[in-house]
Amino acid sequence: MTALKDSPLVLGFETSCDETGVGIVRGNTLLADAVASSVDEHARFGGVVPEVASRAHLEAMVPTVQRALADAGVTLADIDAIAVTAGPGLAGALLVGAAAAKAYALALDKPIYGVNHLAAHICVDQLEHGPLPEGCVAMLVSGGHSSLLFVPDVTGDVQPLGQTIDDAAGEAFDKVARVLGLGFPGGPLIDKAAREGDPEAIAFPRGLTGPRDAPLDFSFSGLKTSVARWVERRERAGEKIPLADVAASFQEAVVDVLTRKAILACKENGADHLLIGGGVAANSRLRVLAEERATKAGIRVRVPRPNLCTDNGAMVAALGSELVRRGRAPSHLDFPSDSSQSVVDVVVR
Amino acid sequence: MLLLAFDTATPAITVALHDGTHVLAESTTVDARRTGELLAPGITAVLTAAGRKPGELTGVAVGVGPGPFTGLRVGLVTARALGDALGIPIHGVCTLDVVAYQTKTEEPFAVATDARRKEVYWAQYTDRFTRSTEPDVAHPSLISERLTGLPVAGEGAVLYPEAFPKAIGPRHPSAGALAELTIRRLQSDPDSLMFPEPLYLRRPDAVEPGTRKRVSTS
Ligand SMILES: Nc1ncnc2c1ncn2[C@@H]1O[C@H](COP(=O)(O)OP(=O)(O)OP(=O)(O)O)[C@@H](O)[C@H]1O
Ligand SMILES: [Mg+2]
Repeated sequence: MTALKDSPLVLGFETSCDETGVGIVRGNTLLADAVASSVDEHARFGGVVPEVASRAHLEAMVPTVQRALADAGVTLADIDAIAVTAGPGLAGALLVGAAAAKAYALALDKPIYGVNHLAAHICVDQLEHGPLPEGCVAMLVSGGHSSLLFVPDVTGDVQPLGQTIDDAAGEAFDKVARVLGLGFPGGPLIDKAAREGDPEAIAFPRGLTGPRDAPLDFSFSGLKTSVARWVERRERAGEKIPLADVAASFQEAVVDVLTRKAILACKENGADHLLIGGGVAANSRLRVLAEERATKAGIRVRVPRPNLCTDNGAMVAALGSELVRRGRAPSHLDFPSDSSQSVVDVVVR
Repeated sequence: MLLLAFDTATPAITVALHDGTHVLAESTTVDARRTGELLAPGITAVLTAAGRKPGELTGVAVGVGPGPFTGLRVGLVTARALGDALGIPIHGVCTLDVVAYQTKTEEPFAVATDARRKEVYWAQYTDRFTRSTEPDVAHPSLISERLTGLPVAGEGAVLYPEAFPKAIGPRHPSAGALAELTIRRLQSDPDSLMFPEPLYLRRPDAVEPGTRKRVSTS
């Protein structure tokens, strides 16, 4: 308990998309994870509307900070450092979080770290499963990203191995859910519908798995189109769509490719740990298949609990905490937000 | 009193510190694309110039627009966060009112600032303290008729000389003026100071999807 008390208390801000997240951690201990989401306001548009998200961030910011402080049972005076997502993400949304974080840092006279959203998605697992092993492979699968990364050091050395060349995995879930008339966001709805279906009912294509394809890149756009065609053909013929089977077969195609390539990435890099993060990591079938295939290959899988996989402030605080622990230099107050920040830039200074 | 004032509703990122009698320090940079980078250092700069600490602030005044959304929000969220962190009141002032106050004009005039998309944010004033219309956003040629040759302050007059031939200064708001105006209102008409809610005046661009797009060509 004393060691815990000695670790710095870090306040983290996340506003890269439609969740206003404020988290508080001490060392690797999660104390608060307050999230306000504008997802309901976007549902009728079938996707996130940037300006709607930015307006919601402004309104939610201070109340979410207050909720996090209350949940953690601390006051602003106790905070030792601040971390905030600098990018990548929606430009206008990122700026709200960065400006708020800078104002708190300035008022409290504490160091601020402008950090990479993707590195934060990786680092969050420290809150759940302890320090990251040196040199693990991370697979980040969300609404905006699908990447495989080699991570010798989450505070400074994150190496891209492969990524999607078109749609992100979560985006594919969302688009297919629309085709099936399930609603937004589609991931959880497809996950649920798939439980009643047969994953082998329809053989949907596995993107970029040919011998000449980039072994660690992904492609989900062809899969999405293929599902849409399949559904339209049945609709035109006046046939009933077997929702559960389509959902299960689509999901299987995504998850099959993701896990296959993730294991390959581990083998190629001599990593014996695979970390999965991002919203799609909440997918129940992905968790099962990754575990199954990794066990066979002698690889340990780490997946944080679902609400730490989707965007949240605790993940940013977790990365901030690790940066402080390793004595990394903080950012200057004039650091820019960068909507297309590269995954190799862990901290913007 | 130590009032921090700033406005980010125009391309000018302007920050000032006021002790109730004088403007102690002011810093203004015109660069609309770097509001998020320039505001916080601007605040540190005026505090340092005046030899003061954030903990000594007794209030924050912020321009609530109307203005382009992204920059505007940087100012508003900064004000709200400072107010929360320091436990001090925050006061919102219409940005057009600040420009009006700076004209030093006692005759009727209008203020127009750049709303992009070939439009301006604007309002009419009977004198530098008194706004006679609600802030609005419109195409310059439509306002031009209503103003019948009145002088127009703000960048809108500079950008659209054909619609607003009688341009007067200033081009941008100054935070020193925002601080002065806020202090006047605190003394004479505290109710006119608002909790900083943004004056967006436009709805977000968003379209509800129609029926699903077909992918098949046949
Ligand atoms: N159980 C699930 N199965 C599949 N996908 C899911 C599940 N739960 C959530 N998702 C998907 O995860 C995505 C949201 O994840 P997250 O919040 O991490 O990403 P984002 O904010 O959209 O993007 P990014 O983090 O890349 O900026 C959505 O596309 C959603 O459909
Ligand atoms: Mg994310």
